Amino acid sequence: MYQHISQYTPVLLFFALAIGFGVGALLFAYLVRPNKPDPEKLSPYECGIPPLMSVNERIPIRFFIIVMLFLLFDVEAVFMYPWAVVYERIGWWGFIEMFLFIVILLVGYVYAWAKGALEWE
Amino acid sequence: MAQELVLVVIKMIVVFAVALLIVAYLTYFERKIIGHMQLRLGPMRVGPHGLLQPIADGLKLFVKEDIVPHDSDRWTFYFAPILNLVCALVLLAVIPFSYNFMVTRLNIGVLYVLSLASVGTIALLLAGWSSGSKYPIMGGLRSAAQIFSYEIFLGFSIMGVLMISGSLDLVKIVEAQSKVWNIVYQPVAFVVYVIAALGELNRVPFDLPEAENELVAGFHTEYSGFKFAYFFLAEYANMIVVSCMAVILFLGGWKGPVLPGIVWFLIKMCAFFYFFIWVRATFPRYRYDQFMRIGWKIMLPIALANIVVTGVVMMLV
Repeated sequence: MYQHISQYTPVLLFFALAIGFGVGALLFAYLVRPNKPDPEKLSPYECGIPPLMSVNERIPIRFFIIVMLFLLFDVEAVFMYPWAVVYERIGWWGFIEMFLFIVILLVGYVYAWAKGALEWE
Repeated sequence: MAQELVLVVIKMIVVFAVALLIVAYLTYFERKIIGHMQLRLGPMRVGPHGLLQPIADGLKLFVKEDIVPHDSDRWTFYFAPILNLVCALVLLAVIPFSYNFMVTRLNIGVLYVLSLASVGTIALLLAGWSSGSKYPIMGGLRSAAQIFSYEIFLGFSIMGVLMISGSLDLVKIVEAQSKVWNIVYQPVAFVVYVIAALGELNRVPFDLPEAENELVAGFHTEYSGFKFAYFFLAEYANMIVVSCMAVILFLGGWKGPVLPGIVWFLIKMCAFFYFFIWVRATFPRYRYDQFMRIGWKIMLPIALANIVVTGVVMMLV
């Protein structure tokens, strides 16, 4: 599309524009907005009462399991993008390879399902 | 070279300004349409038919006091909304609005959009964590878990389109739909994509991170003023990008008779906006366990099966 500059230069410029907008507008708002802090105003929200307990409580393990499963499947997806793009050229051989790959991942998926990793009780 | 750089900057500013304008008026039309669907009038006071309402809202948020709770991690607390906004806005750089009008054309356009959309999720997690309060932490974790879960089959649902068009370049994907739109070949993938998009955007019926009766306002409970506005802007900018991607991948992009390409693109995009707002006015919210079950146990197998079926059909035909 562009002859003399890289296709990625506009992406970089767009990043600069977006960051400039984000930081600039906040700085400008800092100049015009009021700033009258007091201890009650700055206390964490807790439905009107002083906060009970610390926020660093234990977090349900479910979230970690979900993120691990996400990593597993997202890496699978990363392998599948190049395969999908050249699929018409590689034909049946490519299809069988990817089918086996999906089956291997499905074994893990079924295991996670059977172990109850996908339940949310 | 200088000439091209000037061209890039002009295009960039046009896309940026139009996107912010669309975002502002999207909030207006959302309130207006939902109002009429519920036999109310929606905003009416500011300007004729409330047309200046988004500007009034923006100004109000701009001059509001900015509260940083004392338990918060100060710099992360500022960093998260900016990261979220930047990740949402830079996606617009690769969207081809017509054959000639786009900021840049990457041969890995689809990957660019998917990867930066994932980075935006981290901002939600940071926002929840840095607030130093309980509801934002739970809301942030839920948002992240929800978006990660739905991103997986969002990625799988577009695989069929990539197989048919044989490219990650958004322009080539649209060009491959000159005769027949992909929605005809990939109806299942389209439905899966739309459901995943609703989950990704935290829209009703999947707006669980913002389930008011459980989590107050989710990850942005402690945010106020213009930082809150950033989350809002990012959410609607993401809505634009998801609608654009749906149009490009499934509905033939700028292709259409008589009218110029960019008009067709905008018409299709607005149809998607209307659909999202309509869904919001129609459906109740899902429970979190139901939501996870739909994602992992129903949508993921459907998306995988769609890839295999597409593969077989493409080989046989």
